[in-house]
Amino acid sequence: MSKFNFPESIMSRPVYGTLEPRSGKAHLMVADAQGAEAIIGLSKADSGLLSKTHIIYIPKGTGDTYTGKLEKLGAAQLYVGPSYEAAKTRLQRTLAGAHMGLQVYLSGTEGLMGQAMLEATNAGIPHTAIQTEHRGSVARRMQCVHCKGITEDVMTDPFVCSHCGLSLFVRDHYSRRLAAFQGVCIDAEDPGNVPASVELYK
Amino acid sequence: MIMQFNEETFREDYTFHNSDWAINRFPFPFHEDSYMYAVNMEQHRGGPEGSIYEKRFDVDEHYVAEMKDRAMVLSDDPLRCQSLPHMTLAGWDLLELIMVSKSEDYPDLFELHRNGDKWHWINKPLGIEDHFTFLDETTLPYGPMEYITRQTQGDFCVLDQRDDNLWMDAGIVTTQADWSLDFDIGMNFFEWHAPVPLAHEKGIFVRALKFLLNIQQGAPARRLNWTMTVNPLLDTSPENYHKWGVQKTEITPENIGRKQYLRVELQTFFRLPRSNGLVFPIRCYLIAFEDLVKIPKWGRRLHRVIRDLPVELATYKGFIDNRPMMLDYLSEFDDGEPTSDGIWPDRHLE
Amino acid sequence: MSAGTEKIAVTVTDIVKVNDLVTRFKFEPTKGGLLPTFSGGAHTVVEMKDGNITRLNPYSLMSDPWDQSAYTISVRRDDEGRGGSLFMHNSVKVGDQMVVSNPVNLFSLDLRAKKHLMLAGGIGITPFLAQIKQLDRARGNWELHYACRNEALGSYVDYLTSTHPNDVNVYYDDEKQSIDLENLLDGQPLGTHIYVCGPKGMIDWVRGKAAELGWPREAVHYEEFLAPQSGKPFEVKLAVSNKVIQVGEHESLLEAIERAGVDAPYLCRGGACGQCETDVISYDGKFLHRDHWLEDNEHASGKKIMPCVSRFEGKTLVLDR
Repeated sequence: MSKFNFPESIMSRPVYGTLEPRSGKAHLMVADAQGAEAIIGLSKADSGLLSKTHIIYIPKGTGDTYTGKLEKLGAAQLYVGPSYEAAKTRLQRTLAGAHMGLQVYLSGTEGLMGQAMLEATNAGIPHTAIQTEHRGSVARRMQCVHCKGITEDVMTDPFVCSHCGLSLFVRDHYSRRLAAFQGVCIDAEDPGNVPASVELYK
Repeated sequence: MIMQFNEETFREDYTFHNSDWAINRFPFPFHEDSYMYAVNMEQHRGGPEGSIYEKRFDVDEHYVAEMKDRAMVLSDDPLRCQSLPHMTLAGWDLLELIMVSKSEDYPDLFELHRNGDKWHWINKPLGIEDHFTFLDETTLPYGPMEYITRQTQGDFCVLDQRDDNLWMDAGIVTTQADWSLDFDIGMNFFEWHAPVPLAHEKGIFVRALKFLLNIQQGAPARRLNWTMTVNPLLDTSPENYHKWGVQKTEITPENIGRKQYLRVELQTFFRLPRSNGLVFPIRCYLIAFEDLVKIPKWGRRLHRVIRDLPVELATYKGFIDNRPMMLDYLSEFDDGEPTSDGIWPDRHLE
Repeated sequence: MSAGTEKIAVTVTDIVKVNDLVTRFKFEPTKGGLLPTFSGGAHTVVEMKDGNITRLNPYSLMSDPWDQSAYTISVRRDDEGRGGSLFMHNSVKVGDQMVVSNPVNLFSLDLRAKKHLMLAGGIGITPFLAQIKQLDRARGNWELHYACRNEALGSYVDYLTSTHPNDVNVYYDDEKQSIDLENLLDGQPLGTHIYVCGPKGMIDWVRGKAAELGWPREAVHYEEFLAPQSGKPFEVKLAVSNKVIQVGEHESLLEAIERAGVDAPYLCRGGACGQCETDVISYDGKFLHRDHWLEDNEHASGKKIMPCVSRFEGKTLVLDR
């Protein structure tokens, strides 16, 4: 299992569940890396589901660990792409042609789920109607509140903003609209005094 | 009275100052000698003559200088003013509310002439005169919310009401207590308050939301909130925290009276009729410790409140490191005498 | 906070019989000047002084929300009801002075919607008349499906079909026409919001079908005003104000509390908004819960009551009011 139990936190921090099959004529699943496990789990829970499902999958570092298994699920459409950026226009096109009643399932890293959720909510699906299940890395997508740049896959606190170079501490405050957590300058009141970085949740 | 507007700055040389008039009417936020969160809402329907509660949108001696500061903040960072696409109608609601209120409450300063949807707005202190068509965005230089809030003191959060919640879907935020509109826009009531300690556990936000969802047209409400700021810096934004944060370390026993400010927010809430949204103006008032202690009751009480405040709150409000120095200074003005109930001074400055 | 909402003194300036059941009333401000604007879907609470009884009934505002010269409402006559609609039909005359509340909206448009799909049953058409005017100004994307008993009772059908021939679909029960709901809901673009106003059965049908087809709860909006029902008289003790009051046969518990001079909050007076929720201190008897605000377990708990629509039968009832 690649699930991680996040400690309880503030109310803006997303809480992830376990994907469950829902009724509906059309289903969209977006996953990255170990998120594939959650899709495979769904197919076991409801064998008829995948024939109505479009899967968008980004293996990230997992290579073809899961692609063969996903191919065997008999999804109506399966796309395996090299990155979320590469898959994004396909996701947008899929949502643009979709109808009310579409069920959306997201699994994998927080960054992937957050960005895909943003596309789905922009298309008109309330965020509460979108299922999520965290799998794999606990890396975070962080926005620097100062320069506004996004740093992907942050694993340590504090970390260095990949855009402006400030040392930022990792907050649990989360924006769905940015699909990112907030990073804030850690040494503003004592310039130069940056504590040693610690791996998240260690 | 004829209003005199101060020539002053809220940055660099910090020439901001309060006259005796402004000190006497300062919204001191503590009605007793201690502080804890409460849903301290009351109706916003006037107040004692000359007080900051009297008018729907208070205009004071800092008006012109605050609007200049806002223009500078927006020029540096336009993301401080944003409106999601469905909030334009609420922006017109807000423009109408402010123009009608100000022209009625301050006829010497503001005029609004309406002929159907042809509106004529005159803002004398800022030297603005515009003719425009109500509900036609193309006839104003900015969107309706930005246009009117560039001419109104205080930050403005314009909230959409749906699904039994309030959503921060538009706003202009340049005089904030360290929160980012750009980050928080689109959040619901619980989400944008998520970083506030203790209050969630006390059920404060659940009760406050229930109250706010039921605010009706023509029945606005208000409350006070407070924090601390070093220097009269209006724009204590997270965006610029790496620039202003260091000012907190510049406090010394010699300068604390002059440099340490109590920052009070008058928060009001108005139902917006055409959009069914809610506007949440947050008006910031600043007072230096050395001016505040001129009112003996306030000096005594502030000492006691700061002394007894829970560590979580002093940390969240960002003055935990400076608290001992604040207490050293304020204790000089606390003779241990009892204080009277309520926020008003026992005696004004002459 | 004081109960309810701000009040406006109005004069009845026009009464039009729309059909056998429905009459339209026009209110203009008695003191002159302008009425507050409102948002489509809002209602006003009309005070009716019927002898020694004061009834406060909510009616959807159907006039143009931007028109500040007058409000209009349509009242469907309910011969079986407690008399509010009969009072409006039989006793109110042009020139009468009445009091209405500031508008309150518990059935607001979701302005983010990419499309507004409206479903009306009978007199449930009224909030949509105002919403359509609002959406037309904003060039909103909407579509109306309106079910009526028959052509003669189809209030505002002619107006709607002549002004919006492509967006309005009318169904007459007695011609065996009905909304093909499953096909209607299937194929709506993402971002569509449903609004339904009509009899309880219709609301339940639409909500049920939408849920079955996987529509998110947040995309389905409904408004159902329950009229308070008559019932056996009962006695209530109000603990805070230390009063014992009698609730009459044709009076709601909320009305009886108000008649006793006790300030009680309210907004919708129809069991929907939650504003009048009242704690029960003790009771011996059974509750007749009729609201759709409290959860089933709250109804069963004996700890809460919605006095606008719910009643009580038994020996004693003590309320925290």
